[in-house]
Amino acid sequence: MKTTETPAPVPAESGAPVRKGDAPPSGPRKGKKEGTTLNVFSHGVLVIWAIMVGMPLVWAVMTSFKDDAAIFGSPWSLPDKLNFDNWSRAWSQAHMSDYFLNTVMVVGGSLVGTLVLGSMAAYVLARFDFPGNRFIYYLFIAGMSFPIMLALVPLFYVVDNMGMLNTIHGLILVYIAYSLPFTVFFLTGFFRTLPSSVAEAAFVDGASHTRTFFQVMLPMAKPGLISVGIFNFLGQWNQYMLPTVLNTDPDKHVLTQGLVQLAVSQGYKGDWSGLFAGLVMAMLPVLAAYIIFQRQVVQGLTAGALK
Amino acid sequence: MQHGKYRFIVGFLAVPLGLYALFVIWPFIQSIYYSFTDWTGLSPEFSMVGFDNYSRMLDDDIFWKSLQHSVMFALLVPLVTLGLALFFAFMINVGGRRRRGGPAITGVRGSGFYKIVYFFPQVLSIAIVALLFQFAYNPDSGAINSLLRGIGLDSVQPLWLGDPNIALWCVMAVLVWSTVGFFVVLFSAGMASIPAELYEAALLDGANRATTFFKVTLPLLWDTVQSGWVYMGILALGAESFAVVQIMTTGPGGPDYSTTVMVLYVYQKAFRDGQAAYATTIGVALLVVTLAFAALVMRLGRRERLEY
Repeated sequence: MKTTETPAPVPAESGAPVRKGDAPPSGPRKGKKEGTTLNVFSHGVLVIWAIMVGMPLVWAVMTSFKDDAAIFGSPWSLPDKLNFDNWSRAWSQAHMSDYFLNTVMVVGGSLVGTLVLGSMAAYVLARFDFPGNRFIYYLFIAGMSFPIMLALVPLFYVVDNMGMLNTIHGLILVYIAYSLPFTVFFLTGFFRTLPSSVAEAAFVDGASHTRTFFQVMLPMAKPGLISVGIFNFLGQWNQYMLPTVLNTDPDKHVLTQGLVQLAVSQGYKGDWSGLFAGLVMAMLPVLAAYIIFQRQVVQGLTAGALK
Repeated sequence: MQHGKYRFIVGFLAVPLGLYALFVIWPFIQSIYYSFTDWTGLSPEFSMVGFDNYSRMLDDDIFWKSLQHSVMFALLVPLVTLGLALFFAFMINVGGRRRRGGPAITGVRGSGFYKIVYFFPQVLSIAIVALLFQFAYNPDSGAINSLLRGIGLDSVQPLWLGDPNIALWCVMAVLVWSTVGFFVVLFSAGMASIPAELYEAALLDGANRATTFFKVTLPLLWDTVQSGWVYMGILALGAESFAVVQIMTTGPGGPDYSTTVMVLYVYQKAFRDGQAAYATTIGVALLVVTLAFAALVMRLGRRERLEY
């Protein structure tokens, strides 16, 4: 199955068992010269882009430790001392702790809900023949390409009428609904690849369909669930447009909204250092998690596109 | 496996399908209906007005500006992003120095490192990235202008987001910056699965590296490039351009409507100006643009699928 393919290790490091550093290659001279020029050139280009990606992040971390005078006076100098009070100000006074808590609750609820409901729908669509199966499948798929903003205008009033505007559980339900298209698409493909003999054996042994699903099929689908789970986790953790529309109560803000809110209000107060501390605070856990679970994250995020 | 089959199917599908229909499908249908009304969104009363909203839209200069910017987002951002990503991925996978006894084509040293670093922005929220660059672009104390001053370019101090002529480019650059890494990793995985013999054969026949890129790598990766283009374009028309324009630009959408995009205009009309019906009309236009874009890319890019 393509979706579980690990990005194959690049042959560079392992490909040359008798590597002798810069020993001349055996090929004709022209080839050697071209190879070397290309090598220098490609390293140069790659390093430049790595710097362009890394610098803004390093700059943000540096800035988060400076006081306001230094931020405006000398944006690129190293902080003369580590102003940790920026961080504590952002955490407590600027409500970053509340935003974190809200985000954790919303993402926790919606991630579990997305995986449970998504795998249930995907399993039925992948494994059972019934009238309307294809229609429902394509109904889910269609949700991936429609501009969400179009639906958000009436959705605001749908959610409002149900009394769930500016509530955590309302946001969770909406997150689940908008995560289902990709989740169902991905997991349907995944369930189709699993062998049917195991499920049939369980069924013959007297397990109900429901029991077969939860005790036999779900454990077998674990790699797929992890991939799509990481994909949804990052998408929901980083979500900005849905909460901006549906969650306008400052007390219920999630992290992304809270930071934007902070940027506006700290702009009036002139507390830029506190804002940068908040930004870095929001960035670091995700970056750290990415570095630790690098392989799984890359697999999860590229899984859909590789199909 | 017939016993209780339909009860099971209904039981498993009811909740996800119900949730999806209520929060996704139903609002889409309502949207199209509302675009033919004069609904303000503030009161429940409205009446049918036929195509009034649509004719108003065609006379709306700001709508045309937002359409133009959205089309630029959908075409240029993926073009530059995918172009850069293909280039970097090729460098990472093919740019290495040939070693004695090693394969004809090798990746550069540290290829794993590059891929990790390039992927960083992809795990960050686009909202955080937008905020970060809003400060980086600040003309007085931002990182970019002070860097320019630092290397002696005191005379080159653009207003960046404050200059209507370049603000849109600044915003698009941020999207490119944050997405290139994802496609570098995606294309690298694709390139690593292309058999080395194909390259060796091409090189033996006297092809140089650039030729192998256009004659071997690109055709074999074409499917991935194409679906990447559609994926990126849909994001650049929707959620991502909303976040960057809404957070970074003054107004938002300014200065002087130079950065406004359709998705932001829908949001402003509905939730700022109390013109929900007109907002859904622009939303329908956005839907048409999105579907036309996807159809166009799929059609232009249609090629015979290469098996290898």
